[in-house]
Amino acid sequence: MGPRLPLMLKDAGLTAFVAAALGIFIVGFRTVDQGGGKGLGFDYHLVDLVVAVFVIFIGRLGLSMAANGLRWPAIVLGVAMIVAGASPMKLPSGFLHWFVALGGVLLVIRAIWPWASDAMGVAARTPSGVALGKAGTKWFGWLLLAAAVLMPFTPLADQKTMDLGVLILTYVMLGWGLNIVVGLAGLLDLGYVAFYAVGAYAYALLSTHYGLGFWTVLPLAGMMAALFGIVLGFPVLRLRGDYLAIVTLGFGEIIRLVLLNWFDLTNGPAGIGSIPGPTLFGAVFAETPPPGKQTVSEMLGIAFDGNHRLIFLYYIILGLALITNLFTQRMRRLPVGRAWEALREDETACQALGINPTNTKLTAFAIGAMFAGFAGSFFAAKQRFISPESFVFIESAIILAIVVLGGMGSQIGVVLAAVLLIGLPEWFRDLGSYRMLAFGLAMVLIMVFKPRGLISHREPSIRLHPAGSGGGG
Amino acid sequence: MTAPPSAGPLIEVEHLTMRFGGLVAIDDVSFTARSQAITAVIGPNGAGKTTVFNCITGFYKPTIGRLTLRSAGREFLLERMRGHEIGQKARVARTFQNIRLFSGMTVLENLMVAQHNKLMRASGWSLLGLVGAAGFQRAEAASVELARLWLERIGLVADADRPAGELPYGAQRRLEIARAMCTEPVLLCLDEPAAGLNPRESAELNQLLVSIRDRDGIGVLLIEHDMSVVMNISDHIVVLDYGRKIAEGAPVAVRNDPAVIRAYLGTDEEALDA
Repeated sequence: MGPRLPLMLKDAGLTAFVAAALGIFIVGFRTVDQGGGKGLGFDYHLVDLVVAVFVIFIGRLGLSMAANGLRWPAIVLGVAMIVAGASPMKLPSGFLHWFVALGGVLLVIRAIWPWASDAMGVAARTPSGVALGKAGTKWFGWLLLAAAVLMPFTPLADQKTMDLGVLILTYVMLGWGLNIVVGLAGLLDLGYVAFYAVGAYAYALLSTHYGLGFWTVLPLAGMMAALFGIVLGFPVLRLRGDYLAIVTLGFGEIIRLVLLNWFDLTNGPAGIGSIPGPTLFGAVFAETPPPGKQTVSEMLGIAFDGNHRLIFLYYIILGLALITNLFTQRMRRLPVGRAWEALREDETACQALGINPTNTKLTAFAIGAMFAGFAGSFFAAKQRFISPESFVFIESAIILAIVVLGGMGSQIGVVLAAVLLIGLPEWFRDLGSYRMLAFGLAMVLIMVFKPRGLISHREPSIRLHPAGSGGGG
Repeated sequence: MTAPPSAGPLIEVEHLTMRFGGLVAIDDVSFTARSQAITAVIGPNGAGKTTVFNCITGFYKPTIGRLTLRSAGREFLLERMRGHEIGQKARVARTFQNIRLFSGMTVLENLMVAQHNKLMRASGWSLLGLVGAAGFQRAEAASVELARLWLERIGLVADADRPAGELPYGAQRRLEIARAMCTEPVLLCLDEPAAGLNPRESAELNQLLVSIRDRDGIGVLLIEHDMSVVMNISDHIVVLDYGRKIAEGAPVAVRNDPAVIRAYLGTDEEALDA
């Protein structure tokens, strides 16, 4: 193992010590109400802590070994961790099983990563590999689309999967909308959820107070959100970078606080309930029709099934997301789209070329807000109940994370990141409150292995020489 | 292509003064630049050359002074215009001392962004463009053609679809000039275009600037340290030192002006201090 082993052991020991020092207050003991007027007492979890620190020691040792080229010992350690995690051996808590096993999986991945990336690099350089890569990037989007369209007809489509599909597609749409603002125009918007809230409340209020239907309100909600985008954007878009981020963060909070406190209009924290769902040619999705309405199952002459509503919602959000995508792709190839990207690259140079930075930013901001408005009114129609709880800062952060991790400006990247960041925590729901670890883990892994996002390739918006002619060298 | 030389100057800088707090960066500088001529602004480091440029191109608002640009029978008071309007309406284009290309975008896209205002009108502020109107497609094809023309003149046709940031340094310098020219300006302001170029690239740059003056018939305002560029191609030279104009005239006259020699080489006492 060579002379580096003592160093590695020392390093692993230090890491374990830091973990122990941090963990003793977080994991080591917690205060519990002893009941019976005895006040608070300590509940010790020292065994958990010891096991976790030991696993961290082994894991760190394995990582150092892998980094120093000792791949086989690292793989052995990783496999041992997986076995220990998956074995029926009694660990103090169920979470520790996951922790140990996941740690082992990561360690094994880290150990074989150099081989895998070498092999992939070699394969990608062979002519067939190059052709495959090109075909892959060309067809991957279409394959994803086909999978999304056909998903409700597969046996996989139980209620849980469909729910998850609707959720993921909502975030894909929000991601695509924010991608215009952050990915293309380079405006760091931390308050995007505000426009989502505007769209949701626009539909909730107009439908419950004035009886307007989903399809009538949808464009109105988009316009209203775009208007908010312009009103909020106009005074602040002359700020750059971090300053803009702080102000948009503030606006996001202001909208939420207004929703929370304008009791007469929004019903405050109690929210707005019994929002009608979307209709199909005027027919509603329900077992028994409300007075004067027809149900979809009556109209189509099929038996009522609770899943129909979900499938309908799924296709609505799929359609809305695709519209967002098509619109964005089209805008990117127009002068205004190129000006957005130019503004992201260098605002000063844009100004020197006679481009009005404020107007250009405003269009990006307003269009991004419009799509959030569409998504918001869909959300209200799907949930049938909304309250300010749904529009907190963490939502903006998640949407931003999807855009950044997907690769700024990449449309497919947003889809992949949404599946990873929204799908993973849902699949790991069994982990209970630890499931957000899966969220964090997905983020960290993407940033370690793909620091510029999942898809960092940028396709030019216009070419002088046709693609693949090699004229560019 | 060449317009008859206009009677008056293209741009007239009068009593330009720029103060930053207590610091006087430019102090009462006046000069003029003509169309179809290369006017060089030279001077030691810190003389205020770039500040003059920033005032002309709207990045700074001058403390005192008037900047009048006359083209096509119209008169623009540059000091009253907003930053981007100077490029859009008065048609003044510029390059930067430290190259400012859109480095993630391709060479061709850089030249297309330069034609933004023209294309925005053609695309009906995106509405016609979204539906793919024929008029917009014709305008876009014409813009690509203009871009190709400039790529031929700077020798980058083969690199049109490469990200601009990947180009070698000299090519980036030329591309930035081509991008400024794609805005179809009447006045081109170049801030040290020869900085960092080797002698061969410098000579190519000279040719490019002379062809811009003679073929395109526009006015060129040039800040430069490289005397081989300045003395070879300038028609008129303005010398600044400590924010003041110390000399002005034809290259030969300026080269032999005692005040200029003093500013560049220093007087005896200053030479001792250094």
